Amino acid sequence: MDKFDKLSGIAAPMPMVNIDTDMIIPKQFLKTIKRSGLGVNLFDEMRFDRDGNEVPDFVLNKPQYREAEILVAGENFGCGSSREHAPWAIKDFGIRCVIAPSFADIFYNNCFKNGILPIALPQEQVDVLMKDAEKGSNARIEIDLEAQTITSSDGEVIRFDVDSFKKHCLMNGLDDIGLTMEKAASIDSFEATASQSRPWV
Amino acid sequence: MSPKTLYDKIWDAHVAHEADDGTCLLYIDRHLVHEVTSPQAFEGLRMTGRKVRAPEKTIAVPDHNVPTTLDRANAKTMTEDSRIQVEALDTNAKEFGLHYYPVSDVRQGIVHIVGPEQGWTLPGMTVVCGDSHTATHGAFGALAHGIGTSEVEHVLATQTLIQKKSKNMKVEITGKLSPGVTAKDITMSVIGVTGTAGGTGYVIEYCGEAIRDLSMEGRMTVCNMAIEGGARAGLIAPDEKTFEYCMGRPHAPKGAQWEAALEWWKTLYSDDDAHWDQVITLKGEDIAPVVTWGTSPEDVLPIDAKVPAASDYKGGKVDAVSRSIEYMGLTEGMALTDIEIDTVFIGSCTNGRIEDLRAAAAILKGKKVKDGLRAMIVPGSGLVRAQAEEEGLADIFKEAGFEWRLAGCSMCLAMNPDQLAPGERCASTSNRNFEGRQGFKGRTHLMSPAMAAAAAITGRLTDIRQLDI
Ligand code: SF4
Repeated sequence: MDKFDKLSGIAAPMPMVNIDTDMIIPKQFLKTIKRSGLGVNLFDEMRFDRDGNEVPDFVLNKPQYREAEILVAGENFGCGSSREHAPWAIKDFGIRCVIAPSFADIFYNNCFKNGILPIALPQEQVDVLMKDAEKGSNARIEIDLEAQTITSSDGEVIRFDVDSFKKHCLMNGLDDIGLTMEKAASIDSFEATASQSRPWV
Repeated sequence: MSPKTLYDKIWDAHVAHEADDGTCLLYIDRHLVHEVTSPQAFEGLRMTGRKVRAPEKTIAVPDHNVPTTLDRANAKTMTEDSRIQVEALDTNAKEFGLHYYPVSDVRQGIVHIVGPEQGWTLPGMTVVCGDSHTATHGAFGALAHGIGTSEVEHVLATQTLIQKKSKNMKVEITGKLSPGVTAKDITMSVIGVTGTAGGTGYVIEYCGEAIRDLSMEGRMTVCNMAIEGGARAGLIAPDEKTFEYCMGRPHAPKGAQWEAALEWWKTLYSDDDAHWDQVITLKGEDIAPVVTWGTSPEDVLPIDAKVPAASDYKGGKVDAVSRSIEYMGLTEGMALTDIEIDTVFIGSCTNGRIEDLRAAAAILKGKKVKDGLRAMIVPGSGLVRAQAEEEGLADIFKEAGFEWRLAGCSMCLAMNPDQLAPGERCASTSNRNFEGRQGFKGRTHLMSPAMAAAAAITGRLTDIRQLDI
């Protein structure tokens, strides 16, 4: 998995609430058996018309946001299905960090497994960053995962919280499965006990 | 011992390892797998030379992509990429030695219907699936939730999940439901109260007289939509109805093991003085038959209400409501019962069980689908379909003018050819009304099977309580 430590990038503003996984990656793109190549389909039904032409008003189609690496969005980002295609598409497009007042649970977890940092902040702070993002490509936002800070283009510093284990894995690009397998002895002994107490499982 | 909630009890019984910061390895009793969210996980195993740790606890069934038309044995009805996904599941299930219900098996169906039907889902278990509606299995007092593909791979390889504990929320529905009000109306009404993010960070336990009165099918409908309220999982404490449902199922314990299981299952309830981080109480008699008008499951209103105005809302929801109303092609203040529909879809893991089909048949008996309307019923599994045929329900549907399909997810998410055309408006018993969910620019109104059947007859959203039957 890709490591995440620092990022300085353009932020795209998407002030909608409840941006769901069907918007992020519509189901017609779930028929892949690979993880890569979904970036071109990110936000497909908002980004393109039926004939496949770009919708000029859509934020990621605007020249100043094509290279965006950060997304600033409204509350409950990523609600809906468990499809990991949503973070795969976001990552493949080039976005490494999503900032919103809140996230749906499964989406939030899926981000960390894919080298994306989701940051939940109080609405007022998201509003500050949303304004910043609206300035376009002149405004770069800086994110420092180690220090857990976001620095706006005006130099305002905002602290954010992140689970220490998730932070550790993201900063070091660690593979969860490998880490868990190191605890195989615990799993073995759990299984041995459970097969006695709940043999029907 | 300190008092515990049902969630606390199941959690404690499954912690295989706990780190100092509270991160746990939760042991998984049942892992359900379908074709859309698993191929990359199996590929990951192959690339790292890992195995499936507990194939005997892993159950695979194709459901999202499969055609539901009667000619589906003929693979030409499947698009190339769908066929590749289903074939990948077939190969993976065989290669890794999983329990498998292929399309040709009468037991095939939507994974969340097949699990309980086959007795894989039992009280007190941990159940996961790469699908957010895994919450359905919570109806048995099992801790069940959706996971992403990386987590699918993690469970395949280790039979555990890295988890931190959620908070406890109690949702109590007191008293009795009024006539015409169903499990679907309960669960949608709760989301109307909490919003789609209200459950985030929580596991919900549904309780109260109105919940106890529900059948197992109804309880599955309630838990199914816990995820639409943002919760990690929904739970209902097991009781005699649960045990009766489980008894004799192919993979339920038998004999002495049944007795031992039963003894443990009977301890699975929240202690009287258990701590709740949040409590929500609704009166059963206050719940009306509801529908959604917008493009979020929280856009719920009683059927006798009117389309709201954006100005009734605050914050980010103002823009969201205007966008929804425009997308749905409605006008502020119009009566919901004036909304005309083009299509009716009865099915999905929310409402594709036998009880749902009985409810629809009770309305449709001797009636006809309104002229020009497209109407389909997609049973949740091959066994539900067989039972409905045996009970004569299928004849009622066909005589009314419904298409009687084979089992699968179908128009719930429209990954197969069952899709809405742009602008087409559907009365649907599924669980999500997101933009484009049932087809590009399609418009979805969520409701119960009885309400969807009523809408099929009248051609518009209909108050089941007013329908003259
Ligand atoms: S029926 Fe719908 S919600 Fe249920 S598993 Fe299938 S696609 Fe998901």
